[in-house]
Amino acid sequence: MSINVLALLSAMLTIATPLVWAGIGELIVEKTGVLNLGIEGTMYLGAFIGFLVALRSGSPWLGLIAAIGGGVVAGLLMGLLTVTLGLNQHVSGLGVTLLLIAACEFAFRLLYTGARPTLEDKFQVLLPDVPVLDQHWLTYVAFLVLAPAAWWVLRATGMGYRLQAVGENFEAADVAGISVTATRYVALMVGGALMAIGGAFLTLAVLGNFTLDIINGRGWVCIALVIFAKWRVWPVVLGALIFAGTDALQLQLAITKTFSDIPRELMLALPYLAVIAALAVWGRKVHYPASYLQAYRRG
Amino acid sequence: MRLVRRGHEPAWLPVAAVAVAVLVTVALSAIPIRLAGANPRAAFERYLLVPLSSTLGLYEVMLTATPLLFTGIAVAIAFRAGYWNIGAEGQFLMGAVGTTAVALNAPDLPSWAALPLGFVAGGLGGLAWAWLPAWLKRRGAIDEVVTTLLLNPVALLVVQGLLNGPWRNSETGFTDSDRFGAGYDLPPLISGSRVHWGFGVAVVIVVITWFVFTKTAVGMQIRASGQAPDAAKFSGIPVARLRFRSALVSGAVAGAGGASQVMGVQHQLTQGISNNYGYTGIIVATLAALSPVGVVLVAVLLADIAVGAENVSLVLQVPTQLGAIFAALLLLTVLSAMELRHYRLARSGRRRHGATPVSAEEAS
Amino acid sequence: MTPTRPLLELSGITKRFGDLVANDAVSLSVASGEVVAMLGENGAGKSTLMKIVYGLVRPDGGTITMDGRPLDISSPRDAMAAGIGMVTQEFSLVETMTVTENVALSSVGLGRVDVRAARQRVVDAMDRVGVQIEPERLISTLSIGERQRVEIVKALFHECRVLILDEPTAVLTPQDVRALFETVQRLRRTGLGVLFVSHKLREVAEISDRVVVLRRGSLVGERATAEVTTHELASLMMGGTAPEEDVASAVGLPVAEVPEEAPVAPREGAGTAERRPVLILTDVTLERPGRPALDHLTFEVRPGEIVGLAGISGNGQTELMNVLGGVELPTSGRVEVDGAAVTRLDVRGRLDAGLGRLTEDRRGSVVPQLSVEHNLVLEDLPSFTRRGMLDKAAIRAHAEEVIRRFDIRATPTDPVSSLSGGNMQKVLLARALSRRPKVLVAAQPTRGLDVGAYRYVHEQLHELRDTGAGVLVISEDLDELRSLCDRILVLFRGAITGGLPVAEATSERLGAMMTGESVEV
Repeated sequence: MSINVLALLSAMLTIATPLVWAGIGELIVEKTGVLNLGIEGTMYLGAFIGFLVALRSGSPWLGLIAAIGGGVVAGLLMGLLTVTLGLNQHVSGLGVTLLLIAACEFAFRLLYTGARPTLEDKFQVLLPDVPVLDQHWLTYVAFLVLAPAAWWVLRATGMGYRLQAVGENFEAADVAGISVTATRYVALMVGGALMAIGGAFLTLAVLGNFTLDIINGRGWVCIALVIFAKWRVWPVVLGALIFAGTDALQLQLAITKTFSDIPRELMLALPYLAVIAALAVWGRKVHYPASYLQAYRRG
Repeated sequence: MRLVRRGHEPAWLPVAAVAVAVLVTVALSAIPIRLAGANPRAAFERYLLVPLSSTLGLYEVMLTATPLLFTGIAVAIAFRAGYWNIGAEGQFLMGAVGTTAVALNAPDLPSWAALPLGFVAGGLGGLAWAWLPAWLKRRGAIDEVVTTLLLNPVALLVVQGLLNGPWRNSETGFTDSDRFGAGYDLPPLISGSRVHWGFGVAVVIVVITWFVFTKTAVGMQIRASGQAPDAAKFSGIPVARLRFRSALVSGAVAGAGGASQVMGVQHQLTQGISNNYGYTGIIVATLAALSPVGVVLVAVLLADIAVGAENVSLVLQVPTQLGAIFAALLLLTVLSAMELRHYRLARSGRRRHGATPVSAEEAS
Repeated sequence: MTPTRPLLELSGITKRFGDLVANDAVSLSVASGEVVAMLGENGAGKSTLMKIVYGLVRPDGGTITMDGRPLDISSPRDAMAAGIGMVTQEFSLVETMTVTENVALSSVGLGRVDVRAARQRVVDAMDRVGVQIEPERLISTLSIGERQRVEIVKALFHECRVLILDEPTAVLTPQDVRALFETVQRLRRTGLGVLFVSHKLREVAEISDRVVVLRRGSLVGERATAEVTTHELASLMMGGTAPEEDVASAVGLPVAEVPEEAPVAPREGAGTAERRPVLILTDVTLERPGRPALDHLTFEVRPGEIVGLAGISGNGQTELMNVLGGVELPTSGRVEVDGAAVTRLDVRGRLDAGLGRLTEDRRGSVVPQLSVEHNLVLEDLPSFTRRGMLDKAAIRAHAEEVIRRFDIRATPTDPVSSLSGGNMQKVLLARALSRRPKVLVAAQPTRGLDVGAYRYVHEQLHELRDTGAGVLVISEDLDELRSLCDRILVLFRGAITGGLPVAEATSERLGAMMTGESVEV
């Protein structure tokens, strides 16, 4: 039996990248007490818009910018529903996911009946000849810039204080002169942009084309990771790596034919089952943001 | 101008709010129709009216509404009790798995045994899938939104794992199960149509649910548990137990939906057995304001549009996803309108910036 | 001591919520170095007015000026910028953050926070106020009194010139109240204007220079504290039409101070001592992290008597109510209702054993969307159900009879959410009493009610006692207890520190027991 450890690590980093982007996006949103179940749809939107614009313009950069714009708009929509109107967060989030996926599929079917277009120019890996480090720049940014920056912002900046105050006690935040509405909107827009980047990474960097099952539950994995991480940045990254590691290992095993009878589906189910098991073990000790799922109304 | 909360609201207001929401949804869905190069007016005629204007179309609507009736009423039962079951999708799938397990292991049963057994197995499959989150909620107060949601992709993986492994089609080698024995074919409810007895079962479940909600003490206790759990607890209503049981019933009903779909339509297990029916069930239940009668109306409406969308995609080349777009838009606009109806527009009383004094005349 | 110049001035502040006028053209001012008390019953519009001043509620009309300059306050940030600080009734602290982080919260920008500098500023601010709390402690580890001190430091962290304290003593121990008053005096000497919002006459008389009285949203009087009697304030608060003893007892004025009204004499009590108690608690303990919430609590209530349970809130009242009602099980000990052990029974079992309850949280005791008739039968569904089906005719008949008997101003099908506080309390009272309880436990039964409803509730409780049931009244309001009960027990840190027949229950003796000094029964 031979497992190529370097190839395994390389695949792990690539698979983890969209989870890190979108997972940190969801983390930022949830810090303010909003559960964004629009994540699956927002990633889908990012993947689709990024692909569409890159295909039309020939530039993956423009695609990425468009995806970010799409993610911000998706965050605004969630804000309108759950912050301004104060609607039920999980029903709104699912509605947004269903709407965005349906709209993207609609557009894709309309534009590309039958044809399977592929990007001529997608993001290329840096250092293609160096094992493990042969990653896309978005992967480098995710691990070396995004995660430390998110950690620092949440821990040491006024913005981080605000996010936490709104998530833990929005009345107190309001009395302290912090706008609950503005904070949640900002978190939703930034989070939406990060989720969209996570989706766009798949089309613009990894695949170079768009398929209808491109996100395939990765958004739900991120929801799981954020809870598993107890709303902390580094554990989200770690969780993404573990999930990606099992997935990459499974792919390797399938190639080496040694363990091909271990069902791939079982591996893929692991992150979900791990979260449910963790919740069962931690039980009441899990401290959700105190204003989780609640809308804020003054007075 | 700014929004001010209303003191009183007239009785017609909710109706007007829904009407406005429907108009907004129609207007917004006209955009993709236009983009597809079709005339929105003609398209909407086909979405809404054409399916209902022929017997055949009506049958298709009933057929399409069947899984939505199951998942819609399942979600309504749980939501009524204040249990946020987002997992009808997974429960539906596991219902289909349960039925398939029976059908593949006892292929030759006569239909008088096979059909009830199939439904029971489906119901048990859904119930089993609903049990874990419900139990965690009851024992450890663990939030069910996340646990029920996360079990949906797991259920899909179970289906895929089974179809890739033990249940792979023995003739074609494709990733769908063998065809069930003839005993498992749900007979047509209306002869000569594809409408099967699953529709009848769904309607019976809806009627029973209506009866329990409106006529029985348990129904009132469920309502109290959902609307004011603390007050219900205070009054000696066993809120946690009622929620737990409602969650299990909800799962079983969604699972029966899966049974109905495999035995009535596909006659085998496929990966695409649930076309987002569980998630759409949340739309159905929410738009129905959790009322059983509403579930029937909304399920038929969404089915009407889905059938219309198939039709329009053939005739006017508008992709079928317009049906899903319409359903999601309707959900979001109706929820928004029902919230906005609590407010009225008022002339802005105060300026946001600048240190101008506010006089009483200006403010009133 | 003499007010120098007006600092904060409100004039003509008006706010309506639908048909309800919460504030009707209210005007008042606070000067530098002055403590102004705003007095009013619950629901008089005090909190709304304070929220307007702090930018949490937008008024429909009126002006606010500081130093004669008009202000436009549309958010707490505007209020802080104008030099207004507020300590809200329910504290506004983020429990998962430290003292420093909470205090600095309102002044941090978006970028990096210099924690060391912030901590130093917080420590300096604490020194100015005379507060000592470790700045790195998490709020969740602080006592209630410490949290309030953090709140005051937080309010003064900006260039605050007027400090608003909204019902600051509601949750404090007497020692903490004392410390708070010293802090207020100290701040006043530095030239700060203080607006002290309260419904407690005694505190107002002690702390303020001037009193303004709010009733049903309107300003009904303004007096220098030194020149006004508490009776005059009380009748201003109540409207002056109610009989004097009602006024006195309803606003928390000691009934004993009303000359012609002696404390209610202990009832005849013939034979009550020999009869079996209807409620017995034996060594009831409820463990909580740190200190038990209920600590070997032992007492009994006999048929035909009303027992008052006095005590400062936070000494186990809520937990006792939960344990009695069956919402929570005690860690150890024994509860008996009418001779039967109910310790391990759930709510249903206790109701069946003859326990009736009336809680403080009225809105939390009804299902708002359900109708009056359905709420009325919610505790007794089996009697109104035949083979699982609701007996609609019986439910309607029951509702009509109860509505007539208890004079509830509603129809059977009205949703309970549309009822006034007094009517809602009547629904709850009717629900509890129509089951003919052997013992009724009532927590703060008259809080927030108008005089009519207040008298009505007392009459009903007396009537229940006279039919031979036992009544336990849990209240913070000594004067209500003294006018209602036959004997008074005092709860302190989850245990009974003593009990007195009402004739001997002077405020001084009760007060001593409420702070832990044991007195023999």
